[in-house]
Amino acid sequence: MFGDRYIKTKIINRTADIFIYLTVGLLSLLCVLPFIHVLAKSLSSDAKVTSQLVYLIPKDFNLRAYRSVLGDPSMIRSLWHTVKVTVIFTALGMFLTVCAAYPLTRKRLRGRNIISVLFVITLYFSGGIIPDYLLMHRLGLLNKTASLILPLAFSAYNMIIMRTSIQTTVPDSLEESAFLDGASDIRILLQIVLPLCKPILATLCLFYAVGRWNAYQDSVFYITRQPLYLLQHKLNLLIQTTNTSLTSSEAQPDTVTNPEVIKSACIIFATLPIVIVYPFVQKYFVKGVMIGAVKG
Amino acid sequence: MSKVSVAYETKKKKKKLGFMYYLRRDWQLYLLLVFPVTMVIIFKYFPMAGLVIAFKDYKILKGFMGSEWVGFKNFVEIFSNKDFYRALRNTLILNGLDLLLGFPMPIILAIMLNEIRTMWYKKINQTLLYLPHFLSWVIIAGVAYQLFQPRTGLVNVLLRNMGFNEIPFLTENIHWVFSYVLIGVWQSMGWGTIIYLAAITGINPELYDSATIDGAGRWGKIRYVTLPGIRSTITIILIINLGRIMGSSFERAHSLGNPIVKEVASVIATYVYSAGIQAQKYSFTTAVGLFQSVVGLVLVLISDWISKKIGEEGLL
Repeated sequence: MFGDRYIKTKIINRTADIFIYLTVGLLSLLCVLPFIHVLAKSLSSDAKVTSQLVYLIPKDFNLRAYRSVLGDPSMIRSLWHTVKVTVIFTALGMFLTVCAAYPLTRKRLRGRNIISVLFVITLYFSGGIIPDYLLMHRLGLLNKTASLILPLAFSAYNMIIMRTSIQTTVPDSLEESAFLDGASDIRILLQIVLPLCKPILATLCLFYAVGRWNAYQDSVFYITRQPLYLLQHKLNLLIQTTNTSLTSSEAQPDTVTNPEVIKSACIIFATLPIVIVYPFVQKYFVKGVMIGAVKG
Repeated sequence: MSKVSVAYETKKKKKKLGFMYYLRRDWQLYLLLVFPVTMVIIFKYFPMAGLVIAFKDYKILKGFMGSEWVGFKNFVEIFSNKDFYRALRNTLILNGLDLLLGFPMPIILAIMLNEIRTMWYKKINQTLLYLPHFLSWVIIAGVAYQLFQPRTGLVNVLLRNMGFNEIPFLTENIHWVFSYVLIGVWQSMGWGTIIYLAAITGINPELYDSATIDGAGRWGKIRYVTLPGIRSTITIILIINLGRIMGSSFERAHSLGNPIVKEVASVIATYVYSAGIQAQKYSFTTAVGLFQSVVGLVLVLISDWISKKIGEEGLL
């Protein structure tokens, strides 16, 4: 009787295991299969895509779609523009984050609570779309690359993550003794604090870079001149319209004419940078979320 | 001079000297702070001050100061505007469904992931499940259209091949609403597990041991140890989500939307964009934005209050 029950529990456990493993596996597949389908489409021939024979494996493998994407000067210009914006944005964002976070970890600093509150309020309240837009207008930044860099460059959220991790990784005594030895604050920051905080610096760099790479709202709001569109913004237009500069190019035998194929190639093209860094950044992002969650 | 007033004088002097002293001692720290403080004042606080135009009739030529005060006229106008009601209704419906379907999903998934004991299998699944979080809405929308388009979308092709009718996932109002919500659930379910998984890790393992001794099975342990262990995390995430029920993601609605489903796809953020930036009704749409954030703030405060009332940790 007792053994019977034991076996019964064991069977239930096994069934539960199988159910859980399968469900989770299925959900995971659901997260990647769409991209594999788009990838397959982008690598297939027009004819196979038109006759809807492409599922997860490319048919008539070729790179023509990518050749026409990369052969489109406006696409390359947009890519270059976006890379530039992302790099400058990340550098400025990191500079501001460090400048804000480090002084706020010094307990002896007068007024640090007020300044801290000044930053944190921006997490909960903002002017909103129109006041932001009018500010850009007043500053003469509409249709300027600076409008894609300056407004979002300081993130209070990232500052809190930075501050928290300085507090936890750099022992107070280390800084105090350096201070008493006559080292200046900036020297302590550069020679003691930053080297110890390399992992979190890398994490925040990626936060800023991935965030900037993916966002396009401000590009829609502030930019009306095509050459200054961010890649995501351009891609959005491409996806929503069928006729684009890419597909209307003169009909060579080599040209891809099916807009679906071109769109697929563009989607993969814009996804690729993220997918390449993804394996490296994933664990940092998870860590960042954890630190940020402590006091959001 | 009396002793008291001398003491008072020196104290005052000391305080005055004190500030200069701190400034001199910590000038490098203050110098560092100058950069972010300036940026925050210009790019966050100026727009907040700019909210006053919600109470004005803002004309670009007259500027913030020169424009006329109109009191609550803009707010009165909002509530007699059909397009605003549509955007408000859509925002609430979409966010409500998001909360209903999207909120439990990460909790269920986190509990399931926690039950997986094969480490490599868990790692792989986590990596795949987190992926959509890292991709932009443009890319997600692009992929969604590749899958769900009528005629050429993969899912519709498969449905047709299997003898079913096509489903207008993104080209019919009701279908679009559910596609929008489910795509959101899909995008955020994996990433949402992180916080719950961390909370589960924080549960005292002895509780599981004593549950085993008490004869609790697997389900019993989930029910009586895991779920109570992450209850406060669940509450906090719920509060945050309730506070966001008035918010709207411009990028999500903008990239997933299309002209056919305009009736259900217009949310507050996209409405503010089209009525404000495109049609230049600045004061009116600033009032819309202010209304949105004030209601959002009130909602956060209310849910925080409720959670404290029922004995949970609050957010603020």
